[in-house]
Amino acid sequence: MKKWIAGAALALTAMTGTAMAEGHGDYPERPVMLMVSYGAGGATDFQARIVTMTAGNEDALNMPIAILNKSGAGGRVGWNWLAQAEADGYTLGAYNVPHFIAQSIEGGVDYSTDSFEPIANWGADPAVFVVGADSEFNSMADVIAYATANPGGLTFSGAGLFVGHHIAALQLEKAAGVELAYIPNNAGGAGAMRAVIAGEVLGGVNNLSDAFRAREAGTVKILGVFDLERNAFIDDVPTMMEQGYEIDNASVNYRGVMVPAGTDQAIIDHLAAVVPTMFENGRVASRMAAGGSPMHIMNRAEVQEMWAQRQVTLEALLADL
Amino acid sequence: MDFLYYMGDVFTPINFGLLLLGTIGGLILGATPGLSPTMTVALMIPFTFKLAPEQGLILLGAAYTSTVAGGAVSAILLKIPGAPANIATTLDGHTMAQKGEGAKALQISFIASAIGGLFGVFLLIFLTPVLATWALAFGPSELFWLAILGVTVIGTLDSSSVVKGLLSGCIGLWLATIGFDDIMGAQRFIFHSSVSGGINIIPALIGLFAIPQVIAMFAKGRSNVDAEIIVVQRHPIGAAFREVFSRKRALAIGTSVGSIIGLIPGVGGQIAGLVAYDQSKKMSPESGKFGTGHPEGVIAAESANNAMVGPSLVPLLTLSIPGSPTAAVLLGGLLIHGIFPGPSLFTQYPQVVWPFINSMLVGQILMCMFGLFIAGWAANVARVPRSVMAAVVLGLAVFGSYSVGHSMGDVYVMASLGLAMYFLERFGFSAAPLVLGLILGPIAEANFMQGAMIANATVGKMAYFFTGWLNWLLILIVVASIGYSIWMELRQRRYTTKEEASA
Repeated sequence: MKKWIAGAALALTAMTGTAMAEGHGDYPERPVMLMVSYGAGGATDFQARIVTMTAGNEDALNMPIAILNKSGAGGRVGWNWLAQAEADGYTLGAYNVPHFIAQSIEGGVDYSTDSFEPIANWGADPAVFVVGADSEFNSMADVIAYATANPGGLTFSGAGLFVGHHIAALQLEKAAGVELAYIPNNAGGAGAMRAVIAGEVLGGVNNLSDAFRAREAGTVKILGVFDLERNAFIDDVPTMMEQGYEIDNASVNYRGVMVPAGTDQAIIDHLAAVVPTMFENGRVASRMAAGGSPMHIMNRAEVQEMWAQRQVTLEALLADL
Repeated sequence: MDFLYYMGDVFTPINFGLLLLGTIGGLILGATPGLSPTMTVALMIPFTFKLAPEQGLILLGAAYTSTVAGGAVSAILLKIPGAPANIATTLDGHTMAQKGEGAKALQISFIASAIGGLFGVFLLIFLTPVLATWALAFGPSELFWLAILGVTVIGTLDSSSVVKGLLSGCIGLWLATIGFDDIMGAQRFIFHSSVSGGINIIPALIGLFAIPQVIAMFAKGRSNVDAEIIVVQRHPIGAAFREVFSRKRALAIGTSVGSIIGLIPGVGGQIAGLVAYDQSKKMSPESGKFGTGHPEGVIAAESANNAMVGPSLVPLLTLSIPGSPTAAVLLGGLLIHGIFPGPSLFTQYPQVVWPFINSMLVGQILMCMFGLFIAGWAANVARVPRSVMAAVVLGLAVFGSYSVGHSMGDVYVMASLGLAMYFLERFGFSAAPLVLGLILGPIAEANFMQGAMIANATVGKMAYFFTGWLNWLLILIVVASIGYSIWMELRQRRYTTKEEASA
């Protein structure tokens, strides 16, 4: 009995000893929080929960990541909060590009690309042009022909203002040189999709992942992708460029992780090294693929470059507004 | 009859255990102020990662069903509606609890919930294809008229006078304009960083209903404590069943209004209870009793908000469009297992979708049984001394508001709206029309703006808002509703405060 107690005591000391040795100055020492600026159940929230589910693994952060939803005003509430949050390395945030960059150019918010430091990108959801399944339009040429015959008469829905869909709409208008009637929906992407299916509008800009699902359900046709390349989910749908419209990937909805500016460089470097490997986990990839969410992993340097490009493109595009 | 074929799947030990867990957990979480059905279901999503698809959905379906009914517990006992769906339940339910009839109120609310809920789920089972076209019939113009119909309810809802009802409705409509406007991108009335995202509906609900209560309880709490204690009447369950079934009118109106309105994407769940309450009040020969602890008020409101559960999933399951925030969360629960909702769902994954729907059927019955079991002792909450009660309610109010967005800003909004409401109530204004204004404002405005934008690009505003039988039907109901209010106002002299009216 005595021996057993002594053994247990020894084991206990050993355990605390190793715990202290590992924990000394090591980041992270406690669970990390990831702020998502959209409500629970939204696409960003859903994907954030999947890509962070392996954070507790030993080869990842070794600490779980908890999701904190701060929704409101199209993401502005959450990003305003993150810009002023404590830069201690335990407060991360999810970004949506072009949304937050477009909003900061529009003004009235407390953040810009300088307020945050990117860590890594996990997903890229391009915008696509959809029409109802029974629509007479079968290509973007049909759509633009109608718009040319009825200037300002082609109604099409999207998730709101200063989001990827709005950027895509502006690009289309500019590239085709016609006036279109973009109808922002107050119920987000789902509301915009409903408007297309119900025939309230002639077409719509929507997320590739949602449009793919709607096409599987047989309710819409997808006419074009607002990206540089075709997408594996719908490789039969041509890009806008292929159909003769000079539209790049500025409207693609990039999702990833960032921290408030001022976070310790050592912590940023650690996260930038670990987080992309966390996204590459096989379990994460299979869950994302099952849900129809396109993944696109980018490291810190690539995201920095992408942010800088978007800043320039969006400033030019939104200057006319 | 596919649903009968898969009924056995619900009763395997693991599945039934999950069903029980979802039902009881949902009831407890639903009864907690601030945890709306959407949040409760979202909280349970991570647990479904590790479960098989049908097991995960059984858990979520049972939780969704019982949180909606659980919201009635705090609405009746504490006058804190857990979600917009339970606002109408406070009007008569809490008055009943104050009279010592808390047990009865809880029992009839659970029975009415189960009946409405079962009806709604049966609609989902048998009429899904028909209902899908109905869900698509409501475009911007129809939703605008529907919101206007809701506004006409404001004047007659729980107020001593139509003018005061309309005034508090206007305050609500103004509060709804605060924040970023989704359609035009404008920033309006953002005078403090707490309201930069607009007024969040849950903290507003908690503040407007609970805080005036708390202040009143603190004010009265110090004087003669012993005399204040209410005798809680026991109420046999059999009598509760007889009570519910003898109020057929309220039950029928609640169930049908809830099922129809529940179908309309984005609007249904929030106003189904209030519209059903108002309709059964207008059609009842005893309309004067509403608001004074009349069981019909509780029956109409609760049967309506549970009847909406089944139909609210129709757009998701058939068209792959989530019609409500809760449906969006459930979509996540399906997608995580690689299941895409749509017309092929029922043929491709019958082993998932039918147990899910069955779990909502069985969940309704379990929820009712469990609810009836706890109703007796839960009603004893009314015996807690006022000063203690006030502290508990205040604590729950702060906790509930904070938990919505982990933000102190929401707590400040809750506290300031509540304080303002205390003074407004003293002048005969009431919280229900104000909240209705807050809910309807954005619906009416956004749909009018969208409709106007579409109309300008196509046929013109007059043609857009005044064509189609559904538009005209809604316009006719609006006119009838206003006419009825005017007639009632002229027929009977109104009183300055509710106390005078009931005295």
